[in-house]
Amino acid sequence: MNSWQVWGAILVAPYVLVFLAFVLYPVSYGLWLARHPESYVKLFNDPIFFRTAVNTVLFLLIAVNLKFVMAMWLSGFFVHERTWIRWLSVIFLLPWAVPSIPTIFSIRFMFNPEWGVINSLIFKLTAAEGPNWLNDPRIGLGLAMLTHIWKSLPFWTLILIAGRLAIPREQYEAAGVDGATAWQRFKYVTWPSLRTLYLTSTILSMIWTLGDFNSVYLLTGGGPADLTHVLATLGIRYIRLDQVDMAMATIVCALPLVLPLVYFMMKNLSRPAE
Amino acid sequence: MRKSSKEAVLLLLAIPILLWTLLPIYHIFLFSISSKDSAFSGTLWPDKPTLRNFGTIAYQEHFYLHNFWVQIWNSLWIAVAAGVITLVIASCAAFAISRLKVRGGRAVMNLALFTYFIPAAFLAIPMYKAMGAYGLLNSRWSLVLAMVTLAAPYAIWVLKQASDKLPFELDEAARIDGATPPQLFRLVYLPLMAPSLVAIGTYALLLAWNEYLYAYLLLSHERTITLAVALGHFIAADDSPWELLMATGLVFALPPAAIYYAFRRYMVAGLTSGAVKA
Repeated sequence: MNSWQVWGAILVAPYVLVFLAFVLYPVSYGLWLARHPESYVKLFNDPIFFRTAVNTVLFLLIAVNLKFVMAMWLSGFFVHERTWIRWLSVIFLLPWAVPSIPTIFSIRFMFNPEWGVINSLIFKLTAAEGPNWLNDPRIGLGLAMLTHIWKSLPFWTLILIAGRLAIPREQYEAAGVDGATAWQRFKYVTWPSLRTLYLTSTILSMIWTLGDFNSVYLLTGGGPADLTHVLATLGIRYIRLDQVDMAMATIVCALPLVLPLVYFMMKNLSRPAE
Repeated sequence: MRKSSKEAVLLLLAIPILLWTLLPIYHIFLFSISSKDSAFSGTLWPDKPTLRNFGTIAYQEHFYLHNFWVQIWNSLWIAVAAGVITLVIASCAAFAISRLKVRGGRAVMNLALFTYFIPAAFLAIPMYKAMGAYGLLNSRWSLVLAMVTLAAPYAIWVLKQASDKLPFELDEAARIDGATPPQLFRLVYLPLMAPSLVAIGTYALLLAWNEYLYAYLLLSHERTITLAVALGHFIAADDSPWELLMATGLVFALPPAAIYYAFRRYMVAGLTSGAVKA
């Protein structure tokens, strides 16, 4: 081993230590805590668990896909070269730039059925009582999805804008000469170039959305009656009830959902550059 | 004719985009300049806008705000520590992997990527147990180390991608001149990597400042929690003072938003360059 390799080992060591102490050890310890079959029996007998699993799948399928359709569309809007659109895109980044807690609480207050601004407006305009919003489990989960989309839409729009800007202009010019409609330009030029980016981004977003605790917890707290939990908030709920084995069992149950996605991402990203 | 109608369509589309983006944020602002009575009147602008809420915060005159200054100091301390430590660990690791070609470097890179792909809320539970085992619960260091764990993988990945682009002739020239690896790191590598380092430091700093879940699990004493956790406490009671919560939320949101916009150029370039390649 020459001195360069020795220095390499010294410099890479701090990260390896962090990984061992705060990823490998906790994960192994957690899996060891989750080894009892009884935890799973107890978990499956908890009526909240099934509802939570369904909520999580709905959240992933609806929120992530809706978000990407919106991001795809918005990226098409933001690539127009106008000064005012550049300014708008700066404002558009705000939900991503500000912390979640104040904004999610703000949304929570807007939808408060008694004092919230939304129901006040509905009452002023129609003299009718507005919906019960967050006290209705279905609407509550729907609003949690919208909150999640509101928060992370700017980031993914940014990614797709970068993808669109990488498409050579000549392809659009050629399509224009051939008299292609807007839809045909999207179908034959934009989509083929963006497809891979769109898919990897969707997968990555699904993984992160599984770990999105804030959008649900800060908005509905999992309520009413624990009907709007997702796996992320359910695990933390068990921790607060001091049932760590149940919390870990919840995560182990999510692994069949997570690991294929992670495997896909690792295969995509860890291949050598170029 | 066709051109002006296209402009009109673009402008029309801008309205819902603007409303969607700004409504929750404007709502925060509206509440924070409203008095307790007018906060719930449902108007778009308060009759008598007031800055009293910010005075109440500054003088810690409310039950929920008794430790405001301690808590904002905790937030700042943790964010800065997490930013600095992430920078040091990640730039050393990226240098070793990318420039020194340390043996096993690819394996370390894969471990980091794997960590990056674990959903944050899932790692939080075993992390909470581990911090308990290390006796770090309720210490600011627990949150700093947790944030370094979460931020370092992405940091290493971005820094490695950026340093792979630096010409290797530089290293060879330095080597021929008899430079040692620390000299190469300090005199050649760090100056050339400055833009990426700014992006990564900012990223880790903001991540730690904004973090709610880990802070909520790892810290629980009134005087050790960050402002993020303190904001979460407001919601515990039904009669929580919304106008104070929103004003404190605005104070909490302003520094990260300002930093984000100040370094936006670096952040956007850093974030998107890696992603598009994937």
